[in-house]
Amino acid sequence: MTPISIAFLPLTDSAVLIAAREKGFAEEAGIALDLVRTTSWATARDRLVYGQVQAAHMLAPLAIAVTLGLSQHPAALAAPFKLNVNGNALAMASDFAAALDPDPVRRLADPIAAAHDFAGAIGLHRRKPVIGIVHRFSCHALMLRYWLATAGVDADRDVTLRVLPPSLMVEAMRAGEIDGFIAGEPWGSVAVAEGLGEIVAAGSRIWQRGVEKVLAFRADWIEAQAETIDRLLPALARAAIWCDDPANHAELAELLERPFYVGRPAAELMPALTGQMVLRHGEPPVTVPDFMLFQREAANFPWRSQALWIYSQLVRWNMAEADEDNERRAADVFRSDIYRRALAGSGLPMPGASMKVEGALSAPTAVGAHEGALTLGPDRFFDGRAFDPQDVTGYLKGLAAIPLD
Amino acid sequence: MSPEFSSTIGLAHWRLGEALRIAIVDDSGLRATVLEDGLREAGYDDIHVVPPHGAFVAKLERMAPDVVLMDLGSPSRDTLEEMLAVSRALARPIAMFVDQSDDMMIGAAIDAGVSAYVVDGLRKERVKPILDLAIRRFNAFAKMQADLDEARTALADRKTIDRAKAILMKTRSLDEPAAYTLLRSTAMNQGRRIVDVAEALITASSLLGGSE
Repeated sequence: MTPISIAFLPLTDSAVLIAAREKGFAEEAGIALDLVRTTSWATARDRLVYGQVQAAHMLAPLAIAVTLGLSQHPAALAAPFKLNVNGNALAMASDFAAALDPDPVRRLADPIAAAHDFAGAIGLHRRKPVIGIVHRFSCHALMLRYWLATAGVDADRDVTLRVLPPSLMVEAMRAGEIDGFIAGEPWGSVAVAEGLGEIVAAGSRIWQRGVEKVLAFRADWIEAQAETIDRLLPALARAAIWCDDPANHAELAELLERPFYVGRPAAELMPALTGQMVLRHGEPPVTVPDFMLFQREAANFPWRSQALWIYSQLVRWNMAEADEDNERRAADVFRSDIYRRALAGSGLPMPGASMKVEGALSAPTAVGAHEGALTLGPDRFFDGRAFDPQDVTGYLKGLAAIPLD
Repeated sequence: MSPEFSSTIGLAHWRLGEALRIAIVDDSGLRATVLEDGLREAGYDDIHVVPPHGAFVAKLERMAPDVVLMDLGSPSRDTLEEMLAVSRALARPIAMFVDQSDDMMIGAAIDAGVSAYVVDGLRKERVKPILDLAIRRFNAFAKMQADLDEARTALADRKTIDRAKAILMKTRSLDEPAAYTLLRSTAMNQGRRIVDVAEALITASSLLGGSE
């Protein structure tokens, strides 16, 4: 058995790692998987960077930021496997949400209208709204900024973004320290279940196939351990297939419920797994398609174009310098080459390309693949804008033309 | 904050020979005390303990510490790092596990559960003793907790064994040493711990309606 330690945070999207351990997928591949519970992204990062663990459940933008030297000690990281696609929700306190469209289903269905309503609600609120984000280098924060900007809201000026760990969001909302938060599940659902807030936007409606958590390694380690990686990634892919299967959702929720993992009741974990989201306390659940994907549509494949989208957002929000070297290094964090090598012969459909125009598909579309057929789901951004990874500069110019007033 | 603070050289001049201000961000009152006492004994006297709740970041900002020590297991590390990233009050403090080249120290700090943030430009010789001390104190605290847990368990075990002995003494008319010998030999024969046998006996006795 090869021992591998992986740091994780108590979130629903750690599911693939937990299933790999608890359902024997890692063991079958000769891997003794040790999961190290961590309650901050900073500590997950430090454990990885300083070699206490071999891999970490990580916010995709954080993996890129560490590589670019933007988050404490710089280290080249490698992400050969995405742990999920989508899975975030924006929950706003009931008093703030009261100023939005009264129908929570319409808010989700029309993110552009919801963003404009949100902009209007800012002025009506008793203070500049304080919104909890889990990290500056999180996709949630990047999507929130993008969504607000559509309605002319500058997240750095018109609202206060406050960084809090996901597990403390609900308590902060209860204490009135924040007026809302965007975080991975189950925390949005917990806020709803406790009658504190309403889910007013879902990540899957802001970007239909949004990149989310990755499994990050140190680049030098991953190069030296090819044989182990080639056993680990297929085991994780099998675990991800298991997690996606609706027949397993109840059992998965029970695994995640354990105190060592997410430690919240299964009933609060099920909405994200099944896409049956309760948006407002006491109301029946609403189907949010593709709320979270673990494996289908090659969800684990690290498209280099997605790393570049993240880079474009870091530049857009003045967190990274726009230069060719940064652009290349960011794209290189997503190791589609390692994914291809490790999963060759697994029988899973393998994308033919490693880059694509993000946000170009309005309907399920068959794409070129090695080994079997691959259909990608719709991946539009809420504003209909597409991201061409060959022209990051042009994309940024287009975004800069949106006035922040 | 004085303007010299923004450059490494200025900082060194300004701070030369002055006491370092140390903030301990910790949830556990006891661990913070253990660490604070250690630092005071070592001659540091500008020490502030800040629990990571509510507006702790604003408090830290006003305090402008030279060194921030924090439990690696605290969920509030991301909140603190965000402050370090945006704050203008602190002259760009940086995370450190002393020196990037000092792998032994980094490993020891992470093992002990210490994270440290140090104002940019502070010399390694001035910080290393503080981190050394924090590591020793965090380890001592962890051992103290483990000992305490062990003592609690031992006490609970003894109570269980006493109750089982009482049942045996009553139902089998044994004296205390004989009751204990019986428990021990049963445990040895079954390859179990005495306390497990005692627990089984208590459960069985209550199922059978026996009184203790």
